Amino acid sequence: MNGRPLSLAGRLGLGGLGLAVFLGFWILLPATGLVPRQFLPPPNEVFGRFATLLTTPFAGATLPLHLAYSLLRYAYGVGLAALIGIPLGLAMGWFRLLDDIVSPLFDALRFIAPIAWVPFAALWFGTGIGGPVLIIFAGAFPPCLINAYRGARFVEPRFIEAGRMLGTSDLRMILEVLLPAATPSIVAGLRVAAGLGWQSLVGAELIVAAAGVGFMMVQAQANVATATVMAGMIAIGLVGMAIDIALRQLENRLARVRGQA
Amino acid sequence: MPGRRTWIGLASAAALVALWFVATTLTVMISPGRLPPPSEFLASLIQIATSGYAGGTLLAHAAHSLKLVAMGFAVAAATGVPLGLWMGWNPRAEALVNPVFLLIRPIPPLAWIPLAILWLGLGDGAKVLVIWFAAFVPSVINAQAGVRAMERPAIEAARMLGTPPWRMVTDVIVPAAAPMIFTGLRLSLQASWTTLVAAELVGALLGLGFVLNMAQQDIYPAMILVGMAAVGVLGWATTRLLGYAEDRALAWNVAAGGGR
Repeated sequence: MNGRPLSLAGRLGLGGLGLAVFLGFWILLPATGLVPRQFLPPPNEVFGRFATLLTTPFAGATLPLHLAYSLLRYAYGVGLAALIGIPLGLAMGWFRLLDDIVSPLFDALRFIAPIAWVPFAALWFGTGIGGPVLIIFAGAFPPCLINAYRGARFVEPRFIEAGRMLGTSDLRMILEVLLPAATPSIVAGLRVAAGLGWQSLVGAELIVAAAGVGFMMVQAQANVATATVMAGMIAIGLVGMAIDIALRQLENRLARVRGQA
Repeated sequence: MPGRRTWIGLASAAALVALWFVATTLTVMISPGRLPPPSEFLASLIQIATSGYAGGTLLAHAAHSLKLVAMGFAVAAATGVPLGLWMGWNPRAEALVNPVFLLIRPIPPLAWIPLAILWLGLGDGAKVLVIWFAAFVPSVINAQAGVRAMERPAIEAARMLGTPPWRMVTDVIVPAAAPMIFTGLRLSLQASWTTLVAAELVGALLGLGFVLNMAQQDIYPAMILVGMAAVGVLGWATTRLLGYAEDRALAWNVAAGGGR
């Protein structure tokens, strides 16, 4: 790296400068009329709108209620992905034949972007809860499977040999040797899955849903309510960040527990 | 001579197609309205390839989508990689840009779609903008991490030999960060496809996402399958192309193994 590390004051100063430039553009562009206010509302208008949406309904519900719809779908989709992906990944890491059968199919399907499942999801499961859940599942499933699989494949051979020598059954081998050894990898996969699932949820709601934050944003876009669109983006960003922080806490706690063991 | 894995893979793919045929054609366990039989899939494929569907042939739709992905991806790589290298090299640059970056990053790229449509309408501009947003972040982060992980002796040796700044970039920094840069580009490419399909589903007049959208509105499941398959094939082909470029670019690098 170039030069000495910056002092704290230097870091804060430069960071503040960066933020000031960013906010300055956001305030000045609409204020000077260079960009119509209608298309780039200044920060105070967006945050004011955000506050209003907390209590006033838009597109059928208040922002917290839309978020609740979204989070419910999200929990189903990611939960299902973890429930199927992690055991399948572990089993693939243990049974070679299963690995050989599933891996090529999985590799082929993986190149279909999760969002491309939207029309089928709508056709099969409707636009209520089932359709969006399938899309979130399509987004969150691959990292769950891949990380459980990798974690299981790279277990230290001496653990496996010890288990084998003691005549451990396949099921106990997976549950008591592979699962604990693969846990850090699985949790890392869950973090990626949570992020991708959240992203897929937004995409799904933009296209097929009848409620939820994404739906609210599409309705706002149709009404040229830019401030509402941006308030939705902020809400999505905040919730996404909260989910990531929660999972990082889980990761740290697990690392600490393992360190003590 | 293909290995055991290839044979099992082919066998399982064949088994899946056979299962598809049995379930939809022989026994009609699944109604064609839910999952169209292979024959309908082929008929739809031929229809869109020859006479066209949703305002264009398969080739026209695919070419349009490919063009937008290429444009968005190219802009993202051309802006993201240099920014990441700069942030990795210069702590001042990182201190300046990082707070804004952290502020914007939690917003998933797909959430920009409505805003992009408000700003630029349903045309190509909005899609390129959203793809750029989506593909930009992985390019920046990985390029930055690549520079960060550089070995100090290499930098100091180059400095001691009086390497001019420009050659420092082209001959020291970029080669050292190249494996990470390519990791970032691969993620960027994936993000580009996801975003493009989503943007085209929300609103477009041509492109594979638009085919999916029309097929959904026409309740034409076989055409939906064709659209999905086309998205998958293009995603695969572009990833392979990037992998090939990576192998060529990193051929000198034994540690990176010249790809997988």
